[in-house]
Amino acid sequence: MIQTKQLIKRVGDKVILRGVNLSIKEGQTVAILGPNGAGKSTILKVIATLIKPSSGEVLINNKEIKKHALEVKSLIGYLPHASLLYDHFTPLENLILFGKLYGVKDVEKRAKELIEKVGLSFFLHEPVKSFSRGMIQRVAIARAIVHEPRIILLDEPHTGLDQQAIVILNKVILEMKAQGTTTVMVTHDFKQAAEICDRIIIVKNGKIVDDFMLENNNLDLVFDKYALLTEGVV
Amino acid sequence: MSIFTNALSIAWKDLYSEWKTRQVLTTMIIFAGLVIVVCSFAFDPTNNTTKAVIPGAIWIIIVFSGILGLNRSFVSEQKNDNMHALLTAPLDAASIYLGKFLANFIMLLIVEIVAIPFLFLLFDFREMGSFPYFILVLFIGSFGFVAIGTFLAALAANSRSSEMLLPIMLFPLVSPILIGAVQATKIILTNIDKLPNAISWIQLIGGYNVIFFVLCVLLFEYVLEV
Ligand SMILES: Nc1ncnc2c1ncn2[C@@H]1O[C@H](COP(=O)(O)OP(=O)(O)OP(=O)(O)O)[C@@H](O)[C@H]1O
Ligand SMILES: [Mg+2]
Repeated sequence: MIQTKQLIKRVGDKVILRGVNLSIKEGQTVAILGPNGAGKSTILKVIATLIKPSSGEVLINNKEIKKHALEVKSLIGYLPHASLLYDHFTPLENLILFGKLYGVKDVEKRAKELIEKVGLSFFLHEPVKSFSRGMIQRVAIARAIVHEPRIILLDEPHTGLDQQAIVILNKVILEMKAQGTTTVMVTHDFKQAAEICDRIIIVKNGKIVDDFMLENNNLDLVFDKYALLTEGVV
Repeated sequence: MSIFTNALSIAWKDLYSEWKTRQVLTTMIIFAGLVIVVCSFAFDPTNNTTKAVIPGAIWIIIVFSGILGLNRSFVSEQKNDNMHALLTAPLDAASIYLGKFLANFIMLLIVEIVAIPFLFLLFDFREMGSFPYFILVLFIGSFGFVAIGTFLAALAANSRSSEMLLPIMLFPLVSPILIGAVQATKIILTNIDKLPNAISWIQLIGGYNVIFFVLCVLLFEYVLEV
């Protein structure tokens, strides 16, 4: 489903990605772990077609992402650090706008369903700018999946969420997984990673340093491997 | 087709957002009002010769309040990385450009509809040569100005000093439009006998518009690239 070949990203004379080779199968849920500044968000941005790699290529469904940009983009749901929402709009207006841009059918119904799903029905008509961080994150999650993407790219999706919202988010991801959606999630929350994901990738210094399958939500394994690999890194 | 429906969604988004906040449009209109009031202080409105000031005043309003609007057009997309949302959505670059262009153009037209009658009122300007031609030259001149301005605003938005960069880049590219528009407006308002001259100015602007509009639509993709 997602394939990256020798991704290298340079900014000035700083090398952010040093040859990232990834191959993710359809329906997998993958967690990308790694210390701050390792290049995790950058990998997601490259896959989401937001930034161009200095060299290397990304294939989605065996299609080069730049050449088939529109087709690829409509497959992807991207949730970065920022909310990507319009402050003055209500959650409903935001979702309807993006639903339209993604060509969603029956967009108002879909938007209302999603808002209910993330537990914000009472705030349907309040502008997003009056929301708390966690509420904004809930709307941002709804925005990212408004078009029922086949691939979701999540960058630290659990930040700012309360317990209830974490449960909701995990449920959404697992539901989508059951429908065959591929998930790539950058996170620092090992517990959530172990709970949802069946594969863990550890990135350090712009390189993949470990890549293993996870069975039975084995949280200790994640901790052990991570500690081993990032030893001595502050 | 989806290029146009997406462009309409984006334009609607900008205008609706402006309707909710009324920040940019208010600034533009206040600015236009100030220009008009200062002009009426500087040039005695009761004196007939000062009618010659009017074409200049009209285009000063359009250019400067237009720049105020254009400056906000893409900078406003940076707040929550909204531009990234547009860039990751399955949109043609052309539809982003057309949507932004349309929103900016409509906002500038609103300013003109409010400000120009006010200008005429203060200067007690009653008789113009030809009203349809006056509307035509306003429309076509504003069109070219906003078309080029929207393109350059996107280019400037990535820079830290975008507010300064935009007017500097804009000036050389739109000066043919402005020269033509001021000349044509002058003829149409005060010297209608020379209408054929005004028409050739309008044709010149029209040709210039077509070339630059097509270029902007085609090249916008490269402006968005990071
Ligand atoms: N536009 C940029 N210009 C220069 N350097 C950048 C740019 N974007 C990212 N970097 C650098 O690239 C490196 C990786 O950044 P990235 O955001 O991918 O890290 P991350 O793994 O997501 O970290 P975190 O866990 O803190 O989110 C960092 O050292 C950062 O300083
Ligand atoms: Mg990050």
